[in-house]
Amino acid sequence: MGLLIRARDWLDERFSWAELIAPLREKTVPVHRLSYWYFLGGITLFLFIVQVCTGILLLLYYRPSADGAFESVQFIMTRVQFGWLVRSIHSWSANLMIFTALAHMFSVLFLRSYRKPRELTWVSGMLLLFLVLGFGFSGYLLPWNTLAFFATKVGTQIVGQVPLVGHWLMIFLRGGEDVTGATLTRFFGFHVAVLPGLATLLIALHLLLVQRLGISVPPRVERQWQIHPEQAREMKFFPSFFLRELMAWYIALGVLGALAALSPWGLGVKADPFSPAPAGIKPEWYFLFMFQTLKLIPARLWFVDGEVLGIFVFGLAGLIWLLLPFFDHLGQGRGRRLILGGGIFALAYMAAMTIYGYVAK
Amino acid sequence: MQIPESPRVQPERRRLVEILLGGGLVASVASFLYPVLRYLVPPAVPELGGDEVVAAKVGELKLNGSKIFRFGNRPGILILTAEGEYQALSATCTHLGCTVQFRSDLHEIWCACHNGLYDLNGRNISGPPPRPLEAFQVQVRGDEVVVRRKREA
Amino acid sequence: MWRNRLLSGFPGPFLAVWFLAGVAYGQAPNTCVDCHSALDPPYQVTQEQFSHDIHAQKGLTCASCHGGDPSKADMDAMSKAAGFRGKIERQQVPSLCGRCHSDAAYMRQFNPSLRTDQYSQYLTSVHGKRLAKGDQKVAVCTDCHGLHDIRPPSDTRSGVHPLNVAQTCARCHADASYMKGYSIPTDQFADYSASVHHEALAVRGDLSAPTCSTCHGNHGAAPPGVGTVQNVCSTCHVFQAQLFESSPHKAAFQAASLPGCVVCHGNHRVSRTSDAMLGAGPQSVCLQCHIEGDPGHQVAGEMHQRLTALEVAITSGDQLLARAESSGMEVGQARLEQDQARDALIKARVTIHTSQVARVDEDVQGGLKIAAKAYQGGQNALAERNYRRKGLGLSLLTIVIVLIALFLMIRQIERKPS
Repeated sequence: MGLLIRARDWLDERFSWAELIAPLREKTVPVHRLSYWYFLGGITLFLFIVQVCTGILLLLYYRPSADGAFESVQFIMTRVQFGWLVRSIHSWSANLMIFTALAHMFSVLFLRSYRKPRELTWVSGMLLLFLVLGFGFSGYLLPWNTLAFFATKVGTQIVGQVPLVGHWLMIFLRGGEDVTGATLTRFFGFHVAVLPGLATLLIALHLLLVQRLGISVPPRVERQWQIHPEQAREMKFFPSFFLRELMAWYIALGVLGALAALSPWGLGVKADPFSPAPAGIKPEWYFLFMFQTLKLIPARLWFVDGEVLGIFVFGLAGLIWLLLPFFDHLGQGRGRRLILGGGIFALAYMAAMTIYGYVAK
Repeated sequence: MQIPESPRVQPERRRLVEILLGGGLVASVASFLYPVLRYLVPPAVPELGGDEVVAAKVGELKLNGSKIFRFGNRPGILILTAEGEYQALSATCTHLGCTVQFRSDLHEIWCACHNGLYDLNGRNISGPPPRPLEAFQVQVRGDEVVVRRKREA
Repeated sequence: MWRNRLLSGFPGPFLAVWFLAGVAYGQAPNTCVDCHSALDPPYQVTQEQFSHDIHAQKGLTCASCHGGDPSKADMDAMSKAAGFRGKIERQQVPSLCGRCHSDAAYMRQFNPSLRTDQYSQYLTSVHGKRLAKGDQKVAVCTDCHGLHDIRPPSDTRSGVHPLNVAQTCARCHADASYMKGYSIPTDQFADYSASVHHEALAVRGDLSAPTCSTCHGNHGAAPPGVGTVQNVCSTCHVFQAQLFESSPHKAAFQAASLPGCVVCHGNHRVSRTSDAMLGAGPQSVCLQCHIEGDPGHQVAGEMHQRLTALEVAITSGDQLLARAESSGMEVGQARLEQDQARDALIKARVTIHTSQVARVDEDVQGGLKIAAKAYQGGQNALAERNYRRKGLGLSLLTIVIVLIALFLMIRQIERKPS
């Protein structure tokens, strides 16, 4: 401990950041029955850091071209020392991160932490969620195996159905009319440069807002504490919450390691653009609920093409979700109840559709 | 009400926990760093190049000779014709999957299973095989004969 | 100007329709069909039916075979003066067809690469010989090829397309009541339908697989003789035939007038072979001739034992590799070696036709060596897997230590002052 203090002082003399850091020492976290949900954001951040680190390691051996990608991933999995570990952790962590990000979003929604003045924290968080899904979509193609190739083909084709700009968007994403090596290179650029850059900015903004505005307390607890101030409890961020956060991170690390070692991520077969799509192709679980919905919509509804309608509905839902906090104070509690109801419906719908998507042929 | 930070605990107990934590952190970080450091060291074979493989060394095959080599997960056949040209093809017969062989007497490729015959370009010319053998590209690099899948246009 | 009037306006389209109609029907007015399409079978021949016939498509008419004049109306069309022959008697059918089909110069104008020896072949066949003696029940050209809607053999709807040949032959040869009076069995089709050749042809769609005509001939259909059936099999199964030639069975079979191949494998019901057909077990074909104690019996047993040894080695290798793969290890190289070992087993199963244990052993030993390598590869994969799990265990241990330490530290820090 003494060593750490000496190191801190040495750095402070050279960075002069004592005044900037001082507020951090006073930062507190409210303690109540639902405090455990506060960990989700930190775990998502931790998993993102894991992704950056394993991603950089993978970059040392990966080759982003149609005739090199699959073989380079195969090389990593079979020849590079512990390559299997790095790659499997990267794949598992990606899925876990999307799950914790969604859980974090839903917990914020149900705990109503998005209320004024934290609306922009919510907006930046939602944009981060979209980025994370973008990471998932772009990264999935990179091994250039059959499943990835056709999932990308189907996914970008759905994007192409958006009215007016759809076709241009699809060409922009694919780097051409079809999914080819050009698509791979482009997705690689998105995945390792564009998206990380945007994500870093948004994470910085998100964390800054959280720091400045403090941690929100759920309304019911807030009211309780207003009536009985002596029941209000909080803990200091340093060291109490931080140590707990560290425990959560270490547990996540253990889970990742176990998953990677006991259930390594498979590679499949190299993509062959000329072979027909495998029957029953499905996207990864985080897109499955949308995919399944589109499958269930009939081809035409009145005068509107079914797929376009589906895309429109999801687009609208996404937009509303992005701006959720601004509906909260509408109509004396009606907005709030709508948001709550919407949240329950969305969660149930996504879960049910995902399960259905897995079970359906 | 604030939870106090300063412990009223025996310093030795505090010390013990600190050591345990410090030691555990160091050990766990070491267990993460060890694979990473091993990972950073490139393996002996630096490349699993594209769709290519070193099928043989120059001089390994005699004129009018052949060799079976591994290409991906299936066998391939490398032939050095009597005219001194290399030809590489898939060695999996398109009829029922037996491994074909080069017949130096016929200058053709023969499948022993049901008497199928292919010419040196892989075209099925006699017997049951319904499709030609897939032909690969051959390049001589230095003293290595490298075989790679034909690129799409 | 007059051309404009001809092409535009009413006459143009009218002429076009007429022209097309003429082309579609291939010839000028055909009074034969006009009447016969309205009659009941067996006199009924419709235009639609005849349009499928290859002869009609090449420009021939009813008169080409039946004589008569299709341009005349009513019964004049069937005048003897115009050469009308009426219904062709069964006895006459082959020579009638042969009138054109054996004329190389004539056939050249339609399809120069078509054979023209069908009629002469037919005369050598059992059907042809019996027909010459007056047997009307045997097959003539039209029985197999069709009557007024003859399609080329490459057409899948033709009765003589490879996929349909067996059924066409079976129409007579599997009909016990029809075949009464002949001294041949009627179970060939049933037997063939249970064979691997039929499975290859009908189920897998392998058109190179044999059907009745492949071994018996089509126009010159006759059963291959006892001494020659082996040649038939050896057109595809070259290796086995060559090895058999060099084996002690060749001379023995010849002396006993036994057909090669057929004695052990059957002729029509050629079933999937198995290692159980060798040796001393209940399904062994060797026991047809050999008894306990004779040298042949000994050899059979030893060959069987060698094959089994290799098979067992390959199977255990497969099981090991499956275990390795299901725990996430990559075993591509070992799987390839397993395939090579399987190739060696296939080769050994062919070499048994020499009836020489040493030859079989050669192939089996080679296979065992490769299988051992593959097995080793599987074991290495599992060892690597265990190494990874040990590493994981170690890492998890350090993580658990940290978690405990953190927990204790939190408790210490937050303990209320006493």
